[in-house]
Amino acid sequence: MMKMSDSYTIVVGLEIHIHLATRSKMFCSCELVYGQPPNTRVCPVCLGMPGTLPVMNKTAVEYAVLTAMALRCQIAPLTKWDRKSYYYPDLPKNYQISQYDLPIGSSGYIEISQEDGGTKKIRIRRAHLEEDAGKNIHDAGGYTAVDLNRAGAPLLEIVTEPDMNSPVEVRALAEELRRIVRFLGVSEGDMQKGHMRFEPNINLHIQRNGQVFKTPITEVKNLNSFRALERSIAYEARRQYEEFLEIGRTLQMGNKKTFGWDDEQEITVLQREKEEAHDYRYFPEPDLVPVRLTPEWLAEIESRLCELPLAMERRFQREYGLSRYDAGVLTAERATAEFFEQTMRLGAEPKRVCNFLTQAGLKIANELSVPIDRLRITPETLAKLAQMVESGLVSTTAANLVFEQIAREGGEPEVIVREKNLLQSSDGGQIEVLAEAVIAEQPQAVRDVVEENKKAKKALGFLMGQIIQKAGGQVNPKLVSQILQQKLNALKGKP
Amino acid sequence: MAGKIDELLVRRVAQLARLELSDQEIVQFSMQLSAIVNYIEKLNELNTDEVEPLAHCLPICNVFRSDEVLPSLTQERALANAPDAENGYFKVPKVLENGGGA
Amino acid sequence: MEWTVRALQEQISAGQIRSEEVVKAFFERIDKIEPQVGAFLTLLKETAYEQARSVDEKIAAGQPVGPLAGVPLAIKDNLCMTVGPTTCASKMLEHFYSPYNAHVVENLKAADAVIVGKTNMDEFAMGSSTENSGLKRTCNPWNTSRVPGGSSGGSAAAVAARMCAAALGSDTGGSIRQPAGFCGVVGLKPTYGRVSRYGLVAYGSSLDQIGPITQTVEDSAILLNVIAGYDSRDSTCVSEDIAPVPDYTADLEQPFEGLRIAVVESLLEGAQIEVQQVIAEVLKIYEAQGAQLVPIQMPHFDYAISAYYVIATAEASSNLARYDGVHYGYRSSRAQDYIEVYSKSRDEALGPEVKRRIMLGTFALSSGYYDAYYLKALKVRNLIREDFTRAFEQADCLMLPVSPTTAFRLGEKTADPLQMYLADIYTIAVNLAGVPAASIPCGLDRSRLPIGFQIVTAPFTEQTLLRIARMYERCTCWHQQLPEIAQ
Ligand SMILES: [Mg+2]
Ligand SMILES: [Zn+2]
Repeated sequence: MMKMSDSYTIVVGLEIHIHLATRSKMFCSCELVYGQPPNTRVCPVCLGMPGTLPVMNKTAVEYAVLTAMALRCQIAPLTKWDRKSYYYPDLPKNYQISQYDLPIGSSGYIEISQEDGGTKKIRIRRAHLEEDAGKNIHDAGGYTAVDLNRAGAPLLEIVTEPDMNSPVEVRALAEELRRIVRFLGVSEGDMQKGHMRFEPNINLHIQRNGQVFKTPITEVKNLNSFRALERSIAYEARRQYEEFLEIGRTLQMGNKKTFGWDDEQEITVLQREKEEAHDYRYFPEPDLVPVRLTPEWLAEIESRLCELPLAMERRFQREYGLSRYDAGVLTAERATAEFFEQTMRLGAEPKRVCNFLTQAGLKIANELSVPIDRLRITPETLAKLAQMVESGLVSTTAANLVFEQIAREGGEPEVIVREKNLLQSSDGGQIEVLAEAVIAEQPQAVRDVVEENKKAKKALGFLMGQIIQKAGGQVNPKLVSQILQQKLNALKGKP
Repeated sequence: MAGKIDELLVRRVAQLARLELSDQEIVQFSMQLSAIVNYIEKLNELNTDEVEPLAHCLPICNVFRSDEVLPSLTQERALANAPDAENGYFKVPKVLENGGGA
Repeated sequence: MEWTVRALQEQISAGQIRSEEVVKAFFERIDKIEPQVGAFLTLLKETAYEQARSVDEKIAAGQPVGPLAGVPLAIKDNLCMTVGPTTCASKMLEHFYSPYNAHVVENLKAADAVIVGKTNMDEFAMGSSTENSGLKRTCNPWNTSRVPGGSSGGSAAAVAARMCAAALGSDTGGSIRQPAGFCGVVGLKPTYGRVSRYGLVAYGSSLDQIGPITQTVEDSAILLNVIAGYDSRDSTCVSEDIAPVPDYTADLEQPFEGLRIAVVESLLEGAQIEVQQVIAEVLKIYEAQGAQLVPIQMPHFDYAISAYYVIATAEASSNLARYDGVHYGYRSSRAQDYIEVYSKSRDEALGPEVKRRIMLGTFALSSGYYDAYYLKALKVRNLIREDFTRAFEQADCLMLPVSPTTAFRLGEKTADPLQMYLADIYTIAVNLAGVPAASIPCGLDRSRLPIGFQIVTAPFTEQTLLRIARMYERCTCWHQQLPEIAQ
């Protein structure tokens, strides 16, 4: 329990490892593909066989630079590789090729969206490239089983400053980063496939009686879902506060501790402390030559930079009058956002197009597991369809059916509407007849409207519904409303 | 010439290098490495304040391969030299609960 | 028959003699001499005969053959080959079968060479006498109570005893040149980046280079023609638009006009008196051909051993971390968990010199010592390279002894590792600077042990180096001297 006088701030910095979506590994030509039988995507190089040498994957370097640019980092004009030494069965050479003193990117920031609609800048300390290790499977029985298919995969490691102050903020950063790398096309960001791993460093700044106490920093290892990330921080904050109350440990006392996350019990578990302090013995990798990022090359990479998702989200709100929620859904994927904008350029109504895309569109795309731009519908056909709804030619319900058919099978909206007989009536004469019939049949509702009593609004809707029902749904609701209104006004004695 | 690399340091370095040395080896290495390090300290006669470290003699940079996939080894070939393997995996004993660090 | 690469290749490709007969003759010599010398870790009789017969068939069918057609060669056992084990003379890799061939092995095969065996060496190329082999003892063919030098001792001994026409070695701090000097043959360490290291089991990655050990300068040129050049699998291998690979045999016979030879007087004094005398005679022979001696200073040369033993061991400590008994190589049967797999396997399978260097290198990189040792050594390395750069502004080559002494007795220096390191004084700086150098036989001492001298030139000027070497060789007959055992 919290002492009445205490208040605390959670302070979190994050290390994120992101798998880059290259075809081949960082330093050899083995295929990067998920879910293959163990040790079938390995070669002498990624097995760390004697005599083998690494050769840099150019695309991986470019992806790293592109991401660092998107994170507003300063890009090192000259960068190099270093070896980081530690022994583990999933690390075939017992050193990892990484970057130590000259990371590709440094001193950047990432903007995240806050609950109140504002943005917050989280500073990026560094972004560097390295190779991944393989996988140790410890529950294989009485031994550890090692699969090296993943060993040598290109990893971008991003380290933030401790600028986040709540589990929600940390999650927002992680999700924003995922959206960015997917926008840039540098990573699939598939959490199930372990494309993103998070290691938060957490402590508390406790204010008590005008003094600030800082709890010892703990690191939680290898979280690979947003949920686990968010919960582990919330849990750690509670645990640290309780520990502070119990034994009053503060930052100066003891080393950083490393915890694992128990996903089932949703608790952090202290990992056995190492007998030796880490001594990675970094030194320049002699088997690789430096990377010089010339201005020309950087310009070429920069030209591949796109508008970032958060900026796009804000612009969609501004330019198209969309809600924050709608703009967020549209900019979750670059394909959706671009599809939307292309449709906008054809003069369609934003909210209507947004609804098509975020409802039927994403549902079908998800079902077929393709991005939205792979559906058979094009911005042109969507714009046409939206226009048909706008001008009252088809109802929203009918248009959704048309959308679904085009999305799956292709086709022209006009043709489908005609074939399926979905054109709604704009025949004023017919509606007048129907309206008069309904007015005659429903005196109570008519009275409610005419008296303008409490039930008036509901009654009007009811009368509208009756007319549309009589017309078999295929009438233009705007026209119905207009005609009904005229007739009722006449009954009220208004012009 | 005892001291420079004392036995405690030898033990620490041996642990970093994952070498299980016998007590006799520890004593011997302590003496030999001290003599060698003592000789190496000759380097301190030189003022290198203005000198750039030279990790590489080569005048080259930016050596890349294109992101292309080439065939990997078969699983059988990959595991052919493994001291122990099963079901396509390399096999090593687990760390015992009361064992060393992880 | 004449046993040089050049002579054999000419006769074989002209159809005057069949490769199979040549290979047979060499294996007969091996059967006779090898028990006393112990140069080979593995003999590859079966595949050697297969290769020889296939070359013979090609020639009989009138098909074109490579520049090493049918010539029996040996390679140091730190070069990966899919035939036979690649052991690096270590218990750790005693039963390791490489799934791939080193770049130079591919080149030799493409040149139609016949590989007769893998030669002994100091374990993981760490040593100067081949006494650190974890698997076998090699003796100097000139006197079997002497070391053959190291670490390419097996290759040098095999060539000296004519158990192969030529061999490949590797040189990290003198490991080609010193054994070549001790065994009276020609040893060439090319410029760092000239020959792909792909498939060379790494010792000191920024220093290692593969090169030929041959009977003559011309054979060195022939072999270098085959192994030099770009390889996309080694990022430190220089592309040919930066440094084109010439035909090293092309103007070999053409003396270098107006040759300027840099000599560092102070360096000579450290050598055994007979070595000093022989070097003086070498210089006279050059002077007689119009060469000019340029006395120079190499102010940082004395620091080379210190810098080398930090840099090479630091790299080695990392390069050898992979030998842990997990994915390949020796695994201790005493290991209870994987941490013991590491520490017990390494303890049991690595020899004392390898452990010593791993320890030294780990120390130099460890936290608290990095700046004082490793970083300092890299800075001194830069000063040493500048010494060479200045030398080559004043002269076309530098001449040095190869070793302060001739081949020492087996066991003589094993007790004191530092004394062994100090004997590398003349060869080590060359690796730190990355420049090419060769050891050329130039005499015998009182006990009929070979003496060599060293020629060093600027980066990527092996052609010049070989021409200069050939100027000497033409005027002398040291390269034709054979150890008694091989006569
Ligand atoms: Mg990392
Ligand atoms: Zn691979």
